[in-house]
Amino acid sequence: MLKLISSSKFKSSKSLTGIQISLYHHLSSTSAHSSSSNTAPFSRKYIGFWQSRFLRAHSNFADFSPNSVGEVRSFCSESVRRECLNYDVVIVGAGPAGLSAAIRLKQLCKENDVDLSVCVVEKGAEVGAHILSGNVFEPRALNELLPNWKQEEAPIYVPVSSDKFWLLSKTRAFSLPSPFDNRGNYVISLSQLVRWLGLKAEELGVEIYPGFAASEILYDSTDKVVGIATNDMGVAKDGSKKDIFQSGVELKGQVTLFAEGCRGSLSEKVISKYNLREKGHGQHQTYALGIKEVWEINDDKHHPGSVLHTIGWPLDPKTYGGSFLYHMKDKQVALGFVVALNYSNPYLNPYEEFQKFKHHPAIQPLLEGGTVLEYGARTLNEGGYQSIPYPVFPGGAIIGCSAGFLNVPKIKGSHTAMKSGMLAAESAFRALCEGSSLEAFWDSLRSSWIWKELHSARNYRPAFDYGLYPGLALSALEHYIMKGRSPWTLKHGKPDHEATDEAHKWNPIEYPKPDGIISFDVPTSLYRSSTNHDHDQPAHLRLRDPKIPELINLPVYAAPESRYCPARVYEYSADENGHQKLQINAQNCLHCKACDIKDPKQNIEWTVPEGGGGPGYTVM
Amino acid sequence: MKILVAVKRVVDYAVKIRLKPDKSGVETSNVKMSMNPFCEIALEEALRIKESGRASEVVAVSVGQAQCTDTLRTGLAMGADRAIHVEYPGTLYPLSVAKIFKALVDAERPALLLLGKQAIDDDCNQTGQMIAGLLKWPQATFASKVVLDEGNKVATVDREVDGGLETLSLDLPAVITTDLRLNQPRYATLPNIMKAKSKVIKKLTPLDLNVEIRSDLEVVQVTEPPKRQAGVILSSVDQLIDRLKNESRVI
Repeated sequence: MLKLISSSKFKSSKSLTGIQISLYHHLSSTSAHSSSSNTAPFSRKYIGFWQSRFLRAHSNFADFSPNSVGEVRSFCSESVRRECLNYDVVIVGAGPAGLSAAIRLKQLCKENDVDLSVCVVEKGAEVGAHILSGNVFEPRALNELLPNWKQEEAPIYVPVSSDKFWLLSKTRAFSLPSPFDNRGNYVISLSQLVRWLGLKAEELGVEIYPGFAASEILYDSTDKVVGIATNDMGVAKDGSKKDIFQSGVELKGQVTLFAEGCRGSLSEKVISKYNLREKGHGQHQTYALGIKEVWEINDDKHHPGSVLHTIGWPLDPKTYGGSFLYHMKDKQVALGFVVALNYSNPYLNPYEEFQKFKHHPAIQPLLEGGTVLEYGARTLNEGGYQSIPYPVFPGGAIIGCSAGFLNVPKIKGSHTAMKSGMLAAESAFRALCEGSSLEAFWDSLRSSWIWKELHSARNYRPAFDYGLYPGLALSALEHYIMKGRSPWTLKHGKPDHEATDEAHKWNPIEYPKPDGIISFDVPTSLYRSSTNHDHDQPAHLRLRDPKIPELINLPVYAAPESRYCPARVYEYSADENGHQKLQINAQNCLHCKACDIKDPKQNIEWTVPEGGGGPGYTVM
Repeated sequence: MKILVAVKRVVDYAVKIRLKPDKSGVETSNVKMSMNPFCEIALEEALRIKESGRASEVVAVSVGQAQCTDTLRTGLAMGADRAIHVEYPGTLYPLSVAKIFKALVDAERPALLLLGKQAIDDDCNQTGQMIAGLLKWPQATFASKVVLDEGNKVATVDREVDGGLETLSLDLPAVITTDLRLNQPRYATLPNIMKAKSKVIKKLTPLDLNVEIRSDLEVVQVTEPPKRQAGVILSSVDQLIDRLKNESRVI
């Protein structure tokens, strides 16, 4: 097909120089071996920049004006180091948002009889390997995206059967009226659902590449995002190239969507580069750290669809957080503890609080006789409506939790993430095929149900900054009386990293030793996350200033990173002179991003390790 | 010269495995599967031999259920020229696999058959040896170095044995199984993975090869190893002898 074009139309074009013609032939001959799986007259997968411009100019549907295409700073084959592949849309992250966007794009292609090439890169070894969530799933977005999900055997089997909400004291549990309405929702494993979404996306022709981490954003000379590059593989710990070194690959897209989840490493760069927070709703993002275990318990204690949330013990009234306990199928129970990261006590250890929680007399009996199947941790957004950044930038958009659409009082973000992906896909489709602006995404968000939901949910979480009981009172006011129509919008407190108090104002917390049956030490839990990274690679956790941990973190804040990290990546040990030195066990990392968020001086930068590393969640 | 490489789809080495509730085996549903690490090493060796100009074609072969094609695609992405999938959905034991390979080798006529020394799911360490026996080919197992001579007639293989290294000289065609230190497998790059998606994988069944899969073994039960007991510090040698004689019964 490509050769035919080259002979008939190509030679007659006067706009392309001799160099470009010879390069075109080179590229088309290498791609001639490939056969496209879709039935479009020509696939854009292997076509270089000039060809895609040429084809666009001569095709009858894609009318992307030459001005908006821009100039590519490094022409593919001029850059000796990296191979370059071109797509219409490049999506970073195969999670609910990324895959929903990919699926929606392909659906729109089918409806309009066009073809767009869509590529999704995912740093996890498999689709779903880095997905962790409670999860009580509201199928609202899925019903819009794939209405036949039940017939197509989506792993959504267990409807919510009961909804309990407890306030815990050290020894008792007080039942409170449930603030949730989970009728019509399901208890699922989001990792499983995302796997299924991946299959659906591939069926529609989306190319998904797990095991490849996007580490660099590519810009053109006008500072527009033109794609991403994956990181080099086979770099040794000292930075030298190993025998198996492979340089990263550039994936260029007309539109690039960042769907990296909460505190996405590239998304954060884009947000700061284009000042998207100021352009959006202005407030900083606030976060929480969720630590989760999936247990297999005794049959007689298992009630599929049972949903429980607790607040109170073991957290003090000034620290926002609580637990969740959802009964899935097959005697499996999803159990987790969420701690807001704006806590002040530097001695707080969210992992240990979770282990302590499991020993509560109302919780422990359920777990006795059970075994832990999986363990993991991930941060989540709590900023809600006030923290939504402007999601569009030149060349693409940010979707899902990378922007932050989680509904905090509902504790649900999967449905809004999916919907944001779908809306971005629709705007991108129109931008690519009709030449409209991608900024229409912002307008479509604001007129969607995401906005109504997040707007009416906006005051719950900030209310808890006044403490647990004022928070409950204000939430009750919001829920029963104002019903989301409050004329005020509460602001967030200090950014999470600034909220950490100096250690001398607090006392170390004595946590009980794990008993190995209900509670466990970190190495045992870590083993259950199947996390692994090749040890011989540079540490992906970078210190902006290597002296700060020993000069500030340790003396002033008592090294909070050695406590909030759920994977024990940060450890202080004495060197030969007796000085405490920071040791970074990057291999343990669960990719939760807590360190990137909570480090008091924002000195820790989380970057992507070699693709394929990280946790291996299957039922999380 | 053609090289045939056997690859097996196994539970990924980093996964924490657990048993099925009925103790019939290890849970493999919803668990990450990958190419057996030793098979990766075997494939890498075949690719290096091809890149040095000594081989013309590397064929990756896998025997098993439908998803083995994922493993074969990884093999194609690493650089294999062709892939063959012998589909059989049931349980396979080394002797059955060896018989299948014998039939394949008779059809393909490779000069070299490379396998991993063992699969990390069953640790049998038998398939390579059995194939060599059925084919009556020379074999070198636990290879840590493979050198082919000028005319591709003789392979000099260093084997890792309990006592150290043993060097064997084999006349080709031969069977070589690879050990850990032979090489470090390359990454499958994104462009290669892309191209591999569209390559054709030849599908066969044991029936096509006139092999009857007969199970000579039956797994009765799979249990976890007993939990390690804490050590005990004894106070005298007499106590030690008493314990060894009467409790552990080793003397």
